[in-house]
Amino acid sequence: MTAPAPVAVRMTGISKSFGGIRALDGVDFEVFAGEVHALLGGNGAGKSTILKVLNGVHVPEEGEIEVGGQKLAAHSPEAARAAGIAMNFQEMSLIPTLTVAQNIFLTREARDARGMIDDADSVRRAQAIFDMLQVEVDPTALVGDLGAGQKQLTEIAKAISQDARVLILDEPSTALSVSDVERLFVFLRQLKAKGVAIIYVSHRMDEIARISDRATILRDGRHVITAPLADLPIDVMIEHIVGKKSKGLADVARGDVSRGEVLLDLAQVTGPHKPENVSFALHRGEVLGLAGLLGSGRSALARVIAGIEPAVSGEIHIKGAKVAIRRPADAVAHGIALVPEARATQGIIPAHSVADNMVMSVIGRIAPKGFVDRARVRDIAEDMIARLSIKTASRDHAVSALSGGNQQKVVIGKWLATEPEILILDEPTAGIDIGSKAEIIRLVRDLAQSGKAVIVISSELSELLTACDRILVMADGRAHQMLDRADLDDPEERDPEHALQAAERRLQVEIQKALTVKEASHG
Amino acid sequence: MAKAATAPAGAFFANWRQNIIYIGFVVIFVVFALTLNDKGFLNPNNLLNIVRQTAMIAVMAVAMTFVLSAGEIDLSVGAVAGLTTVTVAMAIAVAGPVGGVLAGLATGLAVGVFNGWLTTRIGIPSFLTTLAMMGIAKGVAMWISDTAAVPILSPGYSWIFGGGSVGPIPVLMFWMAVIAGVGHVALRRSGFGRKVLATGGGEMAARYSGIDTRSIKFKVLVLSSCAAALAGMLYAGRLQSGRFQLGEGDELSVIAAAVLGGTSLFGGKGTVIGTIVGALMIGMINNGLILMGLEFSQQLIAKGAIIILAVALSQKRG
Repeated sequence: MTAPAPVAVRMTGISKSFGGIRALDGVDFEVFAGEVHALLGGNGAGKSTILKVLNGVHVPEEGEIEVGGQKLAAHSPEAARAAGIAMNFQEMSLIPTLTVAQNIFLTREARDARGMIDDADSVRRAQAIFDMLQVEVDPTALVGDLGAGQKQLTEIAKAISQDARVLILDEPSTALSVSDVERLFVFLRQLKAKGVAIIYVSHRMDEIARISDRATILRDGRHVITAPLADLPIDVMIEHIVGKKSKGLADVARGDVSRGEVLLDLAQVTGPHKPENVSFALHRGEVLGLAGLLGSGRSALARVIAGIEPAVSGEIHIKGAKVAIRRPADAVAHGIALVPEARATQGIIPAHSVADNMVMSVIGRIAPKGFVDRARVRDIAEDMIARLSIKTASRDHAVSALSGGNQQKVVIGKWLATEPEILILDEPTAGIDIGSKAEIIRLVRDLAQSGKAVIVISSELSELLTACDRILVMADGRAHQMLDRADLDDPEERDPEHALQAAERRLQVEIQKALTVKEASHG
Repeated sequence: MAKAATAPAGAFFANWRQNIIYIGFVVIFVVFALTLNDKGFLNPNNLLNIVRQTAMIAVMAVAMTFVLSAGEIDLSVGAVAGLTTVTVAMAIAVAGPVGGVLAGLATGLAVGVFNGWLTTRIGIPSFLTTLAMMGIAKGVAMWISDTAAVPILSPGYSWIFGGGSVGPIPVLMFWMAVIAGVGHVALRRSGFGRKVLATGGGEMAARYSGIDTRSIKFKVLVLSSCAAALAGMLYAGRLQSGRFQLGEGDELSVIAAAVLGGTSLFGGKGTVIGTIVGALMIGMINNGLILMGLEFSQQLIAKGAIIILAVALSQKRG
């Protein structure tokens, strides 16, 4: 045994709720100086919440935080920064109208003799950081003009420029190339040697295995395990992350589907940034899942099919005929509907009524002479409310008054009103409670049964496994492997809950495998 | 070497949309100089007149640049300037020039703190807060002055605040230059200015970076009211009286000057030099159109058209 390293961060009994949902429940979390500590967990496990508590953005209801042996007196970003904590915020702390250098040193600018900001010095120091990481980012460029990868590097540079004693990196690698990640790791090892405590969050087990010394796993807002990485092989990690599923999803029966003719056929489709050369066929009556990590190109593929970011090469066939989808209107005309990822901004107008939201995509059809036919609005709204069993006091109530799950149903109803044959749902259950999740999944199954072709994107693997007939695993913009849902089942396992967990572990392994394939091809 | 010399000029014209205000200023100046020379446009007295008429707008517009850059707006500046002319004139009558200056500053401070408090603590959007304040300030000014002009009988006050001149240079020009200089350095080089730009450019991101955005918004609104009070003091000095009508409608010229100069109505982007040139351009257009002999109705139309043209040309197109 080596001598115990000093404790850099000690969080004890942290609890935090959002609107009645307990995001953290008495969590203990301890990080030593001079270690890279991985923080792991599925979506909604509470990783982001505990980091934001540590960083002062969220105030916990219960619990104490000690940094370097000192109890943190106040919960604010300023207090956390004063205690030596720095964190990258996944693009959330960058101001688009300022330059890269101005963003990195915001509120910590160098001053000249008269106390004025010395921007030239910020540019020099920013350049030095980028040189050290050996990456190409122009410190004088406006952040608003940067691509996702460069923004992420700017966030990382901002965090490490603070010479913090505790450095939190929240999914720093999602938009970075493999070689960028490698150089980041070299740098992190140097920091570690200097005694900095590094908390590293990633969904990529291969990265975790390479860089971390210890790991803490959270699940459903609770602490599961903290152990040295040597004691946590990847399958054990996945087991702890997946855990015992709470009720809800496992009892959604996946009824038999009769696959019909091919509705949508993609051949070597490439988008403006992602995806790259993706081919697959989607049949009437089936649900196809897109699995992969953030930045794998799942949503980009959906945007290509829906005409938001039209394909730059490759062919799209619908019902056997080649089609050109250049604008969202083209996609709608071909019977394609996309239920977008950001419900609040891209899906609904929260202040408008359920009925008004439902008819938003079909206004042209229900207002033939320029005046909206109110009887038809009522019919469409009532039909959708009944069909999707939307819980609302009336069709005239504002959508903002509905629960997240029912809001999502309104978005789905809005698109069903266009009578699409191909429905794409991007993270349809994000931010929705478990009961409503199961309902949405059931709805997806029903839609397929009624003869539509459905594509579902979700980061929650148990959902994909419950909803889908086939799952396409993506990594780095490429289609890696098409899996039949049935092949992921263990024929021996009878208990539906255990079966779902076993399948989820297999899918996790496939997703991680796809990443290593990508690396091998790059290396 | 020649390359090094031409590079900045090349960059200037490559970003011509950003610099349209400077190009437009020169173009309009040359057009007026050529067409209105016989009517005395280039006469130094006329040019100084433009400065005199622009100074108050410019002073308010410098502060407005901060307000807009922080993502807020202040519609009450014209009315606050009017109210200040009255409070200053009344205070001078009772307590002399020093009392007058203190009363003027107190007026600006009081209105600004109230605007800032309503906007940042109660959460009323600054558009509404200051729209209401516009009416309140004007009402108070009419009420306490009984809608009559209040004369100022202090030559010293009138000289310092707007009426005097050093040789040929009007004192108003010094006020304008000082406010512009301080404003430019504060926005470009001070920590406060950087925080203002950050707040307007991305409020959430600014807060995550440890900036107290509420305090920044409070401060820019106080700053704006104080600048409006100073403009009111200059109006009072120049016209040796306090009247509630002074400054009426100035808020639109002030916002137009800032936007013409390249400040974004949506926050995050602002330049004080641009604002000053924008204010001078509006003054110059007013002056030129009068010299042309246009009727007031025609002046309004021409002025509106020129402003639309300038802002349209400055828009980045995707």
